[in-house]
Amino acid sequence: MRFYRAHVLVCAGTNCSLKGSQAVRQRLLNELEEVGLADEVKVVETGCFGLCEQGPTVVVYPEGVLYCRVTPDDVPELVREHLLKGRRLERLLYREEAEKAVQTVPQVDFFRGQQRIVLRNCGVIDPESIEEYIAHGGYEALGKALTEMKPAEVVAELKASGLRGRGGAGFPTGLKWEFAAKAQGDVKYIVCNADEGEPGTFKDRLILEGDPHAVLEGMAIAGYAVGARKGYIYIRGEYALSIERLEEAIKQARKMNFLGDGVFGTEFAFDVEVRVGAGAYVCGEETALFESLEGRRGEPRLKPPYPTERGLFGKPTVINNVETLANVAPIILNGAEWYRGFGTEGSPGTKVFTLTGDIVSEGLIEVPMGITLREIVFGIGGGIPGGRAFKMAQTGGTSGGCLPAELLDVPMDYDELAKAGSALGSGALLIMDDTHCIVDIARVFARFFEHESCGKCVPCREGTMRIHDIMTRIATGRAGEKDLDNLEALARTMTMACLCPLGQAAPVPIMTTLKYFREEYDAHIKEKRCPTGTCRDLAAPAATPAAGKGV
Amino acid sequence: MAREHEGAVDLGRVDEIVARHKGREGALLPVLREVQDAVGYLPQEALERVALGLGLSLSQVYGVATFYSLLYTKPKGKYTVRVCESAPCHVQGAQEVIDTLVRELGISFGETTPDGLFTLEKVSCLGVCGVAPAVMIGDRVYGNLTPETVVAVLQEYR
Repeated sequence: MRFYRAHVLVCAGTNCSLKGSQAVRQRLLNELEEVGLADEVKVVETGCFGLCEQGPTVVVYPEGVLYCRVTPDDVPELVREHLLKGRRLERLLYREEAEKAVQTVPQVDFFRGQQRIVLRNCGVIDPESIEEYIAHGGYEALGKALTEMKPAEVVAELKASGLRGRGGAGFPTGLKWEFAAKAQGDVKYIVCNADEGEPGTFKDRLILEGDPHAVLEGMAIAGYAVGARKGYIYIRGEYALSIERLEEAIKQARKMNFLGDGVFGTEFAFDVEVRVGAGAYVCGEETALFESLEGRRGEPRLKPPYPTERGLFGKPTVINNVETLANVAPIILNGAEWYRGFGTEGSPGTKVFTLTGDIVSEGLIEVPMGITLREIVFGIGGGIPGGRAFKMAQTGGTSGGCLPAELLDVPMDYDELAKAGSALGSGALLIMDDTHCIVDIARVFARFFEHESCGKCVPCREGTMRIHDIMTRIATGRAGEKDLDNLEALARTMTMACLCPLGQAAPVPIMTTLKYFREEYDAHIKEKRCPTGTCRDLAAPAATPAAGKGV
Repeated sequence: MAREHEGAVDLGRVDEIVARHKGREGALLPVLREVQDAVGYLPQEALERVALGLGLSLSQVYGVATFYSLLYTKPKGKYTVRVCESAPCHVQGAQEVIDTLVRELGISFGETTPDGLFTLEKVSCLGVCGVAPAVMIGDRVYGNLTPETVVAVLQEYR
């Protein structure tokens, strides 16, 4: 293997790519060639580094110096200063405040509060190189499972770890595997749910772009544990780069005999196929996903029977989220005890969150479960831009609840968020400052569910339409007090009667805004006034909202 | 890409795609995606051929073709402009970008410009919320858009 004196890591995740990281990489290669350093310095394209707001990001190792917002025109200076003369290029260093330049990755607030298990390789290795994955301990867990553990022991380890499903529902993963392992049948399936459609969520995309082998390894271990020989990854049609990297990773894994017949020279055989969705939010629901994979409309099935009993093609099936599967190899390698060292009693481990909206550092983070919302928003996320006040955070994507400033100290785990009327869900965090109107944003949530309801069950098909209708009337000053009563009755009915989580969750974001921001609803309904001046059909605000009033 | 002014659909290519996937479990969705790539959209003749070839009822094939937002049973413009209107994009000013697109293209959602160049669509989420507001044109995603930059992006395609 060749030794380089420095490695330059260029983020090639979707967000940095959109900001021109490919051009930066090309310019780096050209420039290194020109100054004669091509043999000494290696340029590595990595997956998402997480600091999307500051992209394109470039990290120079061995020191770990972080450069932000790098443009192709910066490259000649960067190469000559840092790589030729050994001086850091001050003007491109990451800055937490205007005067404070941060030198290296571990010193950055954004990373200091993080604990990276799922994202262990994201932004660190070249996702298109299985050798780099192996060099970072990749496929060691699969080897350990196959050669040192019985399938039942693998299941037991997962159960002991307390890992819960990271797609949103939080069902114990080990238990799910156990049900599937005990189910009768020669043919079983492992399905990876990569149909990430929850607005505000892009973690699965960036995990698959940054470390596709981690997911494949998790699937193979699952296959061994439950006795499945075939795995499917069902992925959104929009995720072109993830699909490409997965296909490449599968090819490499087959070549190295980590997939296919006789894995690791054992009797175990397992292979994975990628199936691409065609655009339907509801297909993220597991039984709708099966319907779609089988070639039908993505309409949810009635449960029970549960997937572990009768899932894909009517066979016992384990269906896990991308992030859940990426947790598997580290758990097998380091043990359940180690994993329980992170997070809380009821929600062990870490959680990947995507930060969007009015927050200084938009991007991808991984933190121990139980960290407070405040630590995420004001610690890692850097707070609200422009000195505005925090108004609310929506957790778990559009199907999650909205939390006001009073709840900033809620611990972020499955049980605590459920108590607050919200959900951990997919890990999306949408932050809004005090310039946004609650009614306006609730109307956007309502519109989303009306659009995405599959139409199979009446409470959802009609209910999402009625909710959107009521919200539109409130936002345009045509609603009365009775509409709020109807809204509440509708929400209760849908929660009880809808066939799948889409319809059951649809009222959640609306009802939490009503619970925590009732006075804004009242202003729209009783006074026909929008306090933030957002709703165009209503009167301008009586007074301008206070600016710069920190929380 | 649209073949609005073209004549007959090349059913031979449809048959060839069906033949390649025949016998594969749950082949319908991959087949429809490939047929659409080849033909530009999913005309009824093609759906009939797919149903016949895979041994499915036409109602199932039509049902699937009309369920998913990335499958089209009508011809589209050369470029599909898909603009996200979900909450994360909305919070970052998507409405102004949407209004600009409607004004600039002079069409409503679901319509195609008279020159056959653009079809305008609303989508729920493109999964690039870190660079909201976002628009997808063809296979390319554009992020951090403003009313000014989205006009500049459209110019690239004109």
